[in-house]
Amino acid sequence: MRIDYTDVLVIGGGLAGLRAAIAAKRRGHDAVILSLVPPKRSHSAAAAGGMQASLANVIEASGDNEDVHFADTVRGGDWGADQEVVRMFVDTAPKAARELAAWGVPWTRVQQGNRETVINGKKVVISESKEAHGLIAQRNFGGTSKWRCAYVSDSTGHAMIYAVSDQTIAANIPVRERAEAIALIHDGGHCFGAVVRDLISGELYAYVAKATVIATGGAGRLYRVTTNAVICDGTGAALALETGQAALGNMEAIQFHPTGLFPSGILITEGCRGDGGLLRDADGHRFMPDYEPEKKELASRDVVSRDMLDHVKKGKGVKTRLGDHLWLDITLLGRAHIERNLRDVHEICRYFLDIDPAKDLIPVMPAQHYTMGGVRTNFKGESQGLRGLFAVGEASCWDIHGFNRLGGNSVAETVVAGMIVGEFIADFCDRVDSDITITTSLVHEFLGREQARIDRLADGGGSEDASRLQQRMQEVMTEKVGVFRDGRTLAAAVDELQRLLVRSRNIGLRNRSRGANPELATAYRTQKMLKVALCVAAGALARTESRGAHHREDFPRRDDAKWLNRTLATWPNEADISPTLKYEPLDVMRMELPPGWRGYGAKDFIPNPGSARRSAEIEAIKQKLAGADRFTMQAALMSYEQLLPARLRGRNERIVLPSEGASP
Amino acid sequence: MTEATQAPVHRQLTINVLRYEPRTPERPARMEAFRIEEADGMTLYIALNEIRETLDPSLNFDFVCRAGICGSCGMLINGRPGLACRTLTKDLGPNINLAPLPAFELISDLSVNTGKWMRGMSERLQTWIHARQQEVDLCRLEERMDPAVAEQIYELDRCIECGCCIGACGTVQMRKDFVGAVGLNKIAASRRSIFVVSKSAWTPGEVPGLGGLFVSIILMR
Repeated sequence: MRIDYTDVLVIGGGLAGLRAAIAAKRRGHDAVILSLVPPKRSHSAAAAGGMQASLANVIEASGDNEDVHFADTVRGGDWGADQEVVRMFVDTAPKAARELAAWGVPWTRVQQGNRETVINGKKVVISESKEAHGLIAQRNFGGTSKWRCAYVSDSTGHAMIYAVSDQTIAANIPVRERAEAIALIHDGGHCFGAVVRDLISGELYAYVAKATVIATGGAGRLYRVTTNAVICDGTGAALALETGQAALGNMEAIQFHPTGLFPSGILITEGCRGDGGLLRDADGHRFMPDYEPEKKELASRDVVSRDMLDHVKKGKGVKTRLGDHLWLDITLLGRAHIERNLRDVHEICRYFLDIDPAKDLIPVMPAQHYTMGGVRTNFKGESQGLRGLFAVGEASCWDIHGFNRLGGNSVAETVVAGMIVGEFIADFCDRVDSDITITTSLVHEFLGREQARIDRLADGGGSEDASRLQQRMQEVMTEKVGVFRDGRTLAAAVDELQRLLVRSRNIGLRNRSRGANPELATAYRTQKMLKVALCVAAGALARTESRGAHHREDFPRRDDAKWLNRTLATWPNEADISPTLKYEPLDVMRMELPPGWRGYGAKDFIPNPGSARRSAEIEAIKQKLAGADRFTMQAALMSYEQLLPARLRGRNERIVLPSEGASP
Repeated sequence: MTEATQAPVHRQLTINVLRYEPRTPERPARMEAFRIEEADGMTLYIALNEIRETLDPSLNFDFVCRAGICGSCGMLINGRPGLACRTLTKDLGPNINLAPLPAFELISDLSVNTGKWMRGMSERLQTWIHARQQEVDLCRLEERMDPAVAEQIYELDRCIECGCCIGACGTVQMRKDFVGAVGLNKIAASRRSIFVVSKSAWTPGEVPGLGGLFVSIILMR
């Protein structure tokens, strides 16, 4: 069987993988990208509403900067995030937006002068400054205190992936399309590349690489109702899990987007609510202010999804044969705005429901949307369990999102992590001690093992139907590991998933072809998906608190005394039927922003004993440095700049309005 | 009303698929008919998946986003190229004919290699922003752009490279090197970006790949 070689093997052709490959290539390392589909068709293309970057060009963004973006992100994640990494992220996000502008992303731009907009259900006129004219515009999004989402109408991800994919072609980086990594090659300490299956011919071959990067996106297809594309099945995370060495972090942290189209789950962008859209119930009543007087429709996604389902439980949903739903009302935004700034929403409503959102209400219900967890890495994007293994984007738990991601932070993470981790990968490859010694017999051992697995599926005479098992898993996850969770239901979910996993070891195929055989791919993917699903369900069962999107009805409070930590799941033995869970503490004494109230959602939580001490320490530092600029102050609280790659350091320039004077 | 009349009556659909797998030429190309019951809001995405799950697990087709955004599922639907994921069966008759998009390399059944064609086209036209210097100072304010121009570029940027225009193109059948509507649109989009947007950073002389023919096509617009 064939063995190919490269410096950097990137698994996944979405924004994060492409951008990391470009970084490595620019530093003189060969990179190859494996992608299930042509990169421009990856799920990055579906990111709709925008990318968070504190550019502060529009008037409603004035005063925004890295500090505000940092606080919004940490609060949004309910204090589960790695605050140093969040700092690296918010510092680089404006640079990423500007790089994309230089690469041709046609960001929607600021038009100076008066314009009408909708804020809190009312038409208002706002006036953009002449200093901002022609710069990148921002729109409002949930859980943020400033308008911060840079956008291209409502197909931001499409514009981004086209520009970045074209730069990949310009950099002459080969993409192996319709190629799927099915196992990592490793010796228990170092990752050496992957076994790859050509999805057209069915051929198995190996890629040997110094650095291997998992950039395979999220795991939405563990659920029946999801906004995710069909390729987002979490099998990339399973590659790391199946090494027995690398850990997955916080897999129980699953986000449900408030406005999945009912009943298909197709995403209706948060930009609808950001631009002024409202949620209404069966009586036409705008109910969100009853639940969230502070942020209303624009509280974070976990909070809005819970409030919606609570409201439906009270009998206020619109009843249909397929279940209950609520309404999203964007009619007040006006046809011109919808047809210009929410074009995909307009098209989706027209094609899938035959309705006109400029005059009709849109039926919506929360749908699985985002996987906050993933392959656990350090701030360099490197796995702690396996040297030479990196992860970027949604597939990773680099950990800027904690237990709930803010809208617009995901597509921002893809490019930002690609830039930052890409530099660290290049640093890694530059080092003499990254050179690897690997025998071809080890490679052939992995190739042989994978071939044997496929042969067993095709010829082993198994009796289980893979797509049935997968559907049942999706039902269990949707019904029992959803927005509201409790111990008994979760235990039942774990139990059934374990039985499904055992059954999946006895899958048989009706079509035994080794080539372009969709049934074969479903079979080995289902085996992997069940392991990842068990990491989600077992992690959720073990975490006896509520934090961000992980909500336990039997433990409704956030518990910083016991649970200020990150779940680490490993799968030490192939024969196991459950992950091994360990916990990595978050050190409150190193936090720039110690845990408190998020500014929306539940107000009571169990405090960490260190929290008050750290807050007092921070107060003392602030008093001592009174009058210092915000950079000096920040550096004294939690310095991070030294963590960034040298070429990405530097203060982000912003416009200065005459009224603001010359303060930084 | 009785129970029976309350239940909505769904049509029986016959979906005829042109099947062929180039790696097994011993099985000739053929039309195969699949009968399924229509459901409310059924799209061809839902219908084809149901066929694969219940009737024939070997049927090949491509979907990714299933929301009309990614361009994976272009195919001939009753002879016309279209996106299968956002085609509702209720808009079609009870007999539906599906065939792979012509002009692209056939992978199997309804699955064609549009990705390979599009990458080849991109490499040939080189329709991306060509930087004068490798590094832009990312700390500085971005280059300004007229908001109306940004919208015009976005208009050209909306193409999802689904390949439907190539599948419908007679010229592509006669001239294999013709870039079709998708390619011409790319040239227009990149010229707009290069000349209008980034005039201080890029100059026309530095744009390789835009041969005289293409430039003159654009100039005639």
